Amino acid sequence: MKIAIDPVTRIEGHLRIEVEVQDGIVSNAWSSGTMFRGIEMILRDRDPRDAWVFAQRICGVCTTVHALASVRAVENALGIVIPDNARLIRNLIAGALNVQDHIVHFYHLHALDWVDITLALKADPVATSTLAQSISNYPKSSATYFKGVQDKLTAFVNTGQLGIFANGYWGHPAYVLPPEANLMAVAHYLEALDFQRDFIRIHAILGGKNPHPQSYLVGGMATAINPNDMSTLNADRLSLIAQLIQRGQDFVDQVYLPDVLAIASFYKDWGAIGQGLGNYMAYGDYGTDTQELADTYYLPNGLLTNRDLTSVADVSQDQVAEFIAHSWYTYQEGDNAGLHPYKGETNPKYTGPTPPFDFLNTDSKYSWLKSPRYNGQAVEVGPLARMLIAYVRGKDYVKTEVDGVLKALNVGPAALFSTLGRVAARAIEAKLMSRKLSEWLTALESNMARGDYVIHDNTLWDPSTWKGEAQGWGHHEAPRG
Amino acid sequence: MASPREDQLAQGVWPALRRRGVSRREFLKFCSVMAGALALPHTYADRIVQALEAATRPAVVWLEFQDCAGNTESALRASHPSITDMILDLLSWNYHETIMAPAGTAAEKSLQDTIAQQKGQYLAIVEGSIPLADGGVYCTIGGRTAIDIAQETCGNALATIAVGTCAAFGGIPAAAGGITGAVSIGQAVPGLKLINLSACPMNGANLAATIVHYLTFKELPATDNLGRPLFAHGDRIHDNCPRRAHYDAGQFVQEWGDQGHQLGWCLYKMGCKGPATNYNCPRVQWNDGTNWPIGVGHGCVGCAQPQFWDAMTPFYRQLPTVPGFGVEVTAQDVGIGVAAAVGALTVGHAVVAGVRNARTARATNQATAASGNATIAVPTNETQTTEGQS
Repeated sequence: MKIAIDPVTRIEGHLRIEVEVQDGIVSNAWSSGTMFRGIEMILRDRDPRDAWVFAQRICGVCTTVHALASVRAVENALGIVIPDNARLIRNLIAGALNVQDHIVHFYHLHALDWVDITLALKADPVATSTLAQSISNYPKSSATYFKGVQDKLTAFVNTGQLGIFANGYWGHPAYVLPPEANLMAVAHYLEALDFQRDFIRIHAILGGKNPHPQSYLVGGMATAINPNDMSTLNADRLSLIAQLIQRGQDFVDQVYLPDVLAIASFYKDWGAIGQGLGNYMAYGDYGTDTQELADTYYLPNGLLTNRDLTSVADVSQDQVAEFIAHSWYTYQEGDNAGLHPYKGETNPKYTGPTPPFDFLNTDSKYSWLKSPRYNGQAVEVGPLARMLIAYVRGKDYVKTEVDGVLKALNVGPAALFSTLGRVAARAIEAKLMSRKLSEWLTALESNMARGDYVIHDNTLWDPSTWKGEAQGWGHHEAPRG
Repeated sequence: MASPREDQLAQGVWPALRRRGVSRREFLKFCSVMAGALALPHTYADRIVQALEAATRPAVVWLEFQDCAGNTESALRASHPSITDMILDLLSWNYHETIMAPAGTAAEKSLQDTIAQQKGQYLAIVEGSIPLADGGVYCTIGGRTAIDIAQETCGNALATIAVGTCAAFGGIPAAAGGITGAVSIGQAVPGLKLINLSACPMNGANLAATIVHYLTFKELPATDNLGRPLFAHGDRIHDNCPRRAHYDAGQFVQEWGDQGHQLGWCLYKMGCKGPATNYNCPRVQWNDGTNWPIGVGHGCVGCAQPQFWDAMTPFYRQLPTVPGFGVEVTAQDVGIGVAAAVGALTVGHAVVAGVRNARTARATNQATAASGNATIAVPTNETQTTEGQS
């Protein structure tokens, strides 16, 4: 029997999953991207300095990440080294997104798979308060507070208009949290809604707005710096950033991480579910110098294969290729070829069923997404890959956090290769990045204190200074991978 | 006898907010802020209060087609504190892929239930363009094409709100080089009661204001000839820009990071499209009024305008201008010149914008002539501009 799940919700993009089920067990599955815009085609023949604005529109949830990769690609092609202030501002923007996105992912997207909001109605507010205070010193933890949330929720449910929560899977036996944990999570769902909106103001300060910040430049940033002007990055705006970073650290430490551990403790079986491919890759990022040298990355690059945590290989972009054997495209040299993005082609050719349809032709081509491979292998990227690679690379700051989470949950390292491992990796990374934000801000402030307001290298801004043909590549990983 | 459901609806928005723990003071502040966002006189705050006290919670369905979910995210950042909570309680938010609990057939049930049970009474919000080429295969949801879903959902809605430039005008998928036949919701399903909240993404504060306007006055806000609300698109960015004085004084940023950049001078020479863009960016700003693109030091890219991906690029090329003897004349000429350029793509807009700018220019000339101040001193080398750098 075949089942189609479409739309897959609580993600960005249009995703469809078709699964083959035999005796109640999934025996095969296919994932399909069901939307195509053709931004690669639209980008052709444009001014390369404009490209990041276009590329950023690939995703409005992981906003900024495609802009950063794009601007780095042009800089790589032209051989531009950006000023240190630009590096720090880019890190602050990327790091702030990382913290905000992991929190949104956990509470507003993923949590509804773990948390049954209807069970929260049955919770005892006093017991909920006891639970909350046993795992965190977050101030909003009184019985009165949880009673207030529960009253609001009860009133909302009683209207009969459940909105985005209607037709959820409430009451399903896969939900195993006790009522009190559900109520705590619902309260924090609402808290996180306010938090994400406030915290991401860091993007507005440094990028003009969020979503889709607008301060990148090929060669640096347009974020003007001058401590003695009201219209630029000055002490007032720096102090607002500092305040928001502090709020981020508090929220991660006092709400997000404790919630992840508390909820995970009821779902430890998910430490053996969702093992995935077993190959993990990270490009690495956040170098300590403007040369972006890989050995200075805070989060290192690397490739792990077959869940082997004893050795890690270096990663090189020239091993990346895109395949279209099962995607609705053609390649000039045949559809089984793999093309490095430098030689990439985007020739759309739909061969799927005529809509409306019940199922795709999963034996042939069935998706608008190309299949990227590293050295011919499918690899997992994202927070788990980044944390595993940093762990194996011996980065103590990652090792300490990962070991701490494993100990708190009383599980072994094998549990990392799982859905639970991914949830934990996001939270660990959010904690690490929330700390790095402070360091980058301090570094920016000390540059400014020395009178360094340089944000852009103008020498190659004018296209007439460019020599003939050039090609380049840029990298940056979205928080989710 | 009224059904329990009708009783609940009749209870209104304010009781619902109160149940959620919103204080009377917060509610009145919200109404006051909304009056401001809608550019209404302060006395209208009272009318908003009255309307919201009596209003019911209309259903909303949010459709995503060729989109990036940037407008979804922008809605979650609605700029006044607690506005997200307000929206969740002002409306019954029945379908929205990015944030809804159910998936697959359970999600589609939420949409179909709304269409069936509240036909002609719900609001449809559309994010993303709609591809018409090749039978609509470039965007399907649940095996149905975007155009199929849009016709059914928007066709049965009370009104449709297009969020973002993709839904309003086709946006990036409709830019040169695209092959999907992407069009706006207005083009895809003609004849809708429609309002276009353009910009990339639209500012969540403007969506909140549009919804409150609708709840308050039982109609959508007044629009310009592009279907955009006047409260958000009635003014040119250039005319409300805090850096306008620098433009008038001939103080321009010449290089990124130069002294002028560090002093917040005008970004016109760096390609700023503020003179050709109608949006309330400078007044409302972004993310709870924190900042906006020109405020950070980068030019406007004209994202609220139709076809901006083609008409406003290259982004760093200075807008065409006619060297004049007075800066006000030059400023207006800029508007006319660009309106004409965009007019190749949108004739109606060019005519109206051109007429408006010409009228304003005339009025300005008369005013300056009357005040005997026709020769405003500007460094000649600053107002004489050449074609852009690239």
